[in-house]
Amino acid sequence: MDGSKGFDDAKTGEQKIRNFNLNFGPQHPAAHGVLRLVLELDGEIVERCDPHVGLLHRGTEKLMESRTYLQNLPYFDRLDYVAPMNQEHAWCLAIEKLTGTVVPRRGQLIRVLYSEIGRVLNHLMNVTTQAMDVGALTPPLWGFEEREKLMIFYERACGARLHAAYFRPGGVHQDLPDALLDDIEEWALEFPARMDDIDGLLTENRIFKQRNVDIGVVDAKMVQEFGFSGVMARSAGLAWDLRRAQPYECYDEFEFQVPIGKNGDCYDRYLMRMEEMRQSTSIIRQAIVKLREATGDVIARGKITPPKRGDMKTSMESLIHHFKLYTEGFHVPAGEVYAAVEAPKGEFGVYLVADGSNKPYRAKIRAPGYAHLQAMDTIATGHQLADVAAIIGTMDIVFGEIDR
Amino acid sequence: MSEALNELGALIEAKRPDCVRAWDVSHDELNIDVAPSNIVDFMDFLKTEPTCKFTSLIDLTAVDYPERTKRFDVVYHLLSMHQNQRVRLRVSIRQDDTIASITSVHPGADWFERETFDMFGILFTGHPDLRRLLTDYGFRGYPLRKDFPTTGYTEVRYDEEQKRVVYEPVSLTQEYRQFDFMSPWEGAEYILPGDEKEGAK
Repeated sequence: MDGSKGFDDAKTGEQKIRNFNLNFGPQHPAAHGVLRLVLELDGEIVERCDPHVGLLHRGTEKLMESRTYLQNLPYFDRLDYVAPMNQEHAWCLAIEKLTGTVVPRRGQLIRVLYSEIGRVLNHLMNVTTQAMDVGALTPPLWGFEEREKLMIFYERACGARLHAAYFRPGGVHQDLPDALLDDIEEWALEFPARMDDIDGLLTENRIFKQRNVDIGVVDAKMVQEFGFSGVMARSAGLAWDLRRAQPYECYDEFEFQVPIGKNGDCYDRYLMRMEEMRQSTSIIRQAIVKLREATGDVIARGKITPPKRGDMKTSMESLIHHFKLYTEGFHVPAGEVYAAVEAPKGEFGVYLVADGSNKPYRAKIRAPGYAHLQAMDTIATGHQLADVAAIIGTMDIVFGEIDR
Repeated sequence: MSEALNELGALIEAKRPDCVRAWDVSHDELNIDVAPSNIVDFMDFLKTEPTCKFTSLIDLTAVDYPERTKRFDVVYHLLSMHQNQRVRLRVSIRQDDTIASITSVHPGADWFERETFDMFGILFTGHPDLRRLLTDYGFRGYPLRKDFPTTGYTEVRYDEEQKRVVYEPVSLTQEYRQFDFMSPWEGAEYILPGDEKEGAK
């Protein structure tokens, strides 16, 4: 800031200008959690950006090595706490891949339904708080009202608003009541109008566009070099969506469009998230129609899942099975798999090494935000300080999953 | 799916027999064991070879097997958006071995290698900035190694008198409970009470 030592005349032209180092966070509201950025500024231009992460590191991977597979499931809610069920999904898929479990159709549909609700939850949070970072206060208020309704749907399915533990290896924990399906459908019919409200506030807003257009541009080369996924990859024009490219569950039965960006800037990513929410709402409606037809069990009954409550009252074997399942846990055959889902933020993957016992030998969580944040230096360099907040916002950073 | 993977595995082995030690397809995934000496070269080959085009590094991590002489497996997950294919590379190294950094081929490996160094103490030669990433400033030890206790060695608390956070050795009011629920018929390692004489026979 002051390069003025031994300097007393503004007209000599031999001033020494030193770059200014600035700590951004960890308690900055625009840091979306506990991000500490060490910024080197030349005036207002970012010269270098060094993110310091790990302030929310809880050692999830280490803890998982000493707990059974089922006990590990709730840790996944605590990773990306904005869309908890999508993470659980990856863990369940990894276990199902190793044990060769086939999820019943109704279970698959419920998973799709709640994954898409998770996507809407995430994008609502992201789009509106990013708007707040660039100066708009109303969108978060409107967006959070819708989030509240969705969280009530979470609560009605599993009893928890946030840390659901609803997806279980082999299916989902409990069946949905019909009234809940009706209410979700009613919500899905109303929601596009709420989207239009937010759309009207932001999309053509002069200030919003000035802050987002041509900011934080990523191109296809960068996407591949840094391993971007999700909206970050698609904003650069790569049509890459795991729901399409490597379908899991029954996503191949659903009709939806994958929005692709053109310019790869923050504004594109905003538009894409808005469109993805509309597509997700359409998937939700399709899933409900299918769910009304697909009656049956929601969880594959077998070694890795609990017996029916009714069976436990009459059959001794079921009672023993229930007791053993929740104390010893189930055994997963030795092997290693990588299972990935298209989480709202990008590719969320689990690399699971099993040794045949009831605990994972090693589990590596691949969080999409981690790959995005490490490109922060490349993306933010040359931008103004105020743009850093806009870039962090559209990267969709949540520290639960980055620090693990 | 696995036919295509078999073809791909055979093709890679035929083109780079010096790098590929073994490969197999299990659970519809292609695993390749790679020699540590020319991992960078092999990465570059996988990235540029038109039939592979594994341009995205999805994940890089390690697995600790303390009982083996080559203690660590460094594991790379690659994705080809062009071919819609994934591959997993495994490199076994000894505890005191170093491995070449692949940041020159995949700049995105930067943080993944820093994290692996942080968690396992594996040194990546040629990495531009191999600092600790996730653990505390001034942390000692490598948490994800199997011989590191889950509780760690130090704990922090705010000291009201000194008006700052102080580091202290871990003291647990109750011993850390590590339940062993494995049934005695399935290879539990402890001796059941009353069975002590059983082993002496």
